[in-house]
Amino acid sequence: MSDARIKRMKDLPSTHLLGTGTPMCSGCGGLEALHEIYDVLGEKTVFVNAAGCMTLLSVYPFTPFRGSWLYTAMASAPAGAQGVRDALDILLEQGRIPPEDDLEVVVLTGDGSAYGMGMSATSGAMDRNLDFIYLCYDNEGYGNTGQQYSSATPHGAATSTSRGSRGYPGYKKDLFAVWAAHAPAYVATVIGSEPLDLARKIEKAKEIRGPRMIIALSPCPTGWDYDPKLSVEIGKLAVSTGVWPLKEYIDGKVTHTRLPHDRPPVEEYLKLQGRFAHLFEPARDEELLADIQARVDRYWENVTPA
Amino acid sequence: MDQTLLTGNVAAAWGARLAAVDYIPAFPITPQTEIIETLGAWVDTGEMPGRMVTLESEHSMLTAAGAAAATGVRVFSATSSQGLLHAMEMLYTVSGWRAPFVLVNVSRGLSAPITLEADHNDILAARDSGFLQIHCADCQEVLDGVLLAYRLAEDPGVRLPVLVNLDGFYLSFTREPVSLPDPAAVARFLPPFDPGNIRFAASAPESQAVAVLGGSPYSYFRYETHLAAQNALAVYDRVAGEFESLFGRQRQAVEAYRTGDADIVFYMMGSFATKAREAVDRLREAGQKVGLLRPRLLRPFPTDAIAAALDGVQGVAVIDQNLSMGQGGVLHTELAASLYGRPGAPAILTSFIGGLGGREITPEEFYQMVAVTREAVTAGKAPPPRLLYTEAELREIRKLQAVAQVEREETTPLRWSEDSNQGGAGHE
Ligand SMILES: Cc1ncc(C[n+]2csc(CCOP(=O)(O)OP(=O)(O)O)c2C)c(N)n1
Ligand code: SF4
Ligand SMILES: [Mg+2]
Repeated sequence: MSDARIKRMKDLPSTHLLGTGTPMCSGCGGLEALHEIYDVLGEKTVFVNAAGCMTLLSVYPFTPFRGSWLYTAMASAPAGAQGVRDALDILLEQGRIPPEDDLEVVVLTGDGSAYGMGMSATSGAMDRNLDFIYLCYDNEGYGNTGQQYSSATPHGAATSTSRGSRGYPGYKKDLFAVWAAHAPAYVATVIGSEPLDLARKIEKAKEIRGPRMIIALSPCPTGWDYDPKLSVEIGKLAVSTGVWPLKEYIDGKVTHTRLPHDRPPVEEYLKLQGRFAHLFEPARDEELLADIQARVDRYWENVTPA
Repeated sequence: MDQTLLTGNVAAAWGARLAAVDYIPAFPITPQTEIIETLGAWVDTGEMPGRMVTLESEHSMLTAAGAAAATGVRVFSATSSQGLLHAMEMLYTVSGWRAPFVLVNVSRGLSAPITLEADHNDILAARDSGFLQIHCADCQEVLDGVLLAYRLAEDPGVRLPVLVNLDGFYLSFTREPVSLPDPAAVARFLPPFDPGNIRFAASAPESQAVAVLGGSPYSYFRYETHLAAQNALAVYDRVAGEFESLFGRQRQAVEAYRTGDADIVFYMMGSFATKAREAVDRLREAGQKVGLLRPRLLRPFPTDAIAAALDGVQGVAVIDQNLSMGQGGVLHTELAASLYGRPGAPAILTSFIGGLGGREITPEEFYQMVAVTREAVTAGKAPPPRLLYTEAELREIRKLQAVAQVEREETTPLRWSEDSNQGGAGHE
């Protein structure tokens, strides 16, 4: 691995590539992460998209991307990436396009695709050691259809299909572990509110070949029910409370890129979001709060400082 | 041109090889698997350039096929029945991308009940997908159909994916003499794919398959695809003409066999039409003016050619190797719709459902269908649709049902009959 060029905040790209005026909600944490990622990846990219909020980034005849875009379907964006990558390789091999015309193939999907419907296509792409980047913006639900719960929804969260007093009964699937079990070239978690950590990981991913898998926790004011101006604060709390561990997998090893010390209680994160309001009103649900806290604590007990 | 004995599957693989395809996304399914195994072996030994990738599903296979075609390479793929349906979302999607490539379907009856043998419900489920469709009756047509399909798909006025259909078992696993065209002649007929502006390249950023807002742009793009499919009619005629002058084989959009002076005509597609051809010969020997009309091209639908061939015919026996539940035969419905109100069109269309799941259609049944159609012509009224099914078959089914009943009684624990004194089967 070459030396990282991005070491400090001031090393972050100062030109921004993604156009403005998209139909995403204000304060969209997914769009925030995409902005930052695109700046590092650059415009020699083709985004292969699955159905979700981000599908509406490119609505005829406009696109905020300076590079290319292909919308596929909800289940099979990684297979679309396979077709594009293979075709580019064939064209390069046959000398039908010059090397400068090559593109980085980037899958862009939500959690609904990544954790669920698109999982077998993703698994297959990793099995085939496809040279691509997968970017999952994880807003913890089927956002585009009105935030029903997905298998990325955290325990206890209210969604439009889990409105009861205990919220979503399941637990968020550990996609990082599922992906890492495939032993791809790279897996990392990121969040837009930690732009330096994010940029360093994307920079690293850019320099590796093979499947490079990124999950960006994406605070979603619309689906999580909070004031859009809180997106960065909620993102920072997701990291500092330990709810969203920042880590990477490379060469068989998982490393935490941030070890939160003196983690504030998880409820600091939860109480800013309407989807967890039932944990505090009309009365505190001590049992559920303790359960959520205990799971986060248990996670960090098993993390050995690097 | 040497003749070689080839199965329909291997003939399809030869079509892809002669077309010098760049990319083959694949997934196994009976009775298609031999196609991808054959291509895989050629790619492995280097006899054929190109790259083959086995995906983890047909849905992914079609996505990869469309995406590679949209990037500018020549793509071939193949599937069958459940696979075609599993990929259905992507059939509609990639035709909307206007991604030109060829997909071979080896027809097989659909589940449930699950079976392996041929009928056309699988391919007809893709009827409205935007893929054009070429239907083959013998192994030579399979090879030729693949080559014709590339010319059609890649024509700048068309730019649509094309399905080439052959029947499972009857063609897929049947060896027939096939003449392998000279590769140089094929290269003249089918030059390398010129993708034009179909590509992804850093120097030419492109957004493909973007969303639209509202019905107006949606209608516009959907209708454009329809017009492109209609353009394919004239393109097909031109390409089939070129093919004939290079290779000497007629491949018109519609095969009209002894229809010239016929008063009764069979109308059907696929390999079973060769059985109808036999029946026509026998009936002609017996002095009956009978013919056969078989669409090779089902999409776009060659309405004018069909109407012209049926002009003056009294009755048409439509044989559907498919079943639209609650309606009947798809070919019958389509033929009726396209002939309605045309002067000179046959007054009588009789409807027969036959050959489901590979069920044989016998010569006697062909003769019977002609007799029924003649009676209808005389009566001036077509009878209701019928299933080709014999009393003997029904007896066999009754036997299977009786066996099933006995099996159930002998193996089911008598849990529900509390006063049963037969001893506790399953309780000891
Ligand atoms: C096969 C299929 N089923 C359902 C849908 C409807 N649909 C569109 S977007 C979406 C939600 C996707 O969720 P996610 O991947 O998390 O993306 P988000 O909407 O949250 O951005 C659904 C269910 C679809 N487009 N395709
Ligand atoms: S619903 Fe959420 S993820 Fe979707 S655009 Fe709005 S803020 Fe972003
Ligand atoms: Mg989502």
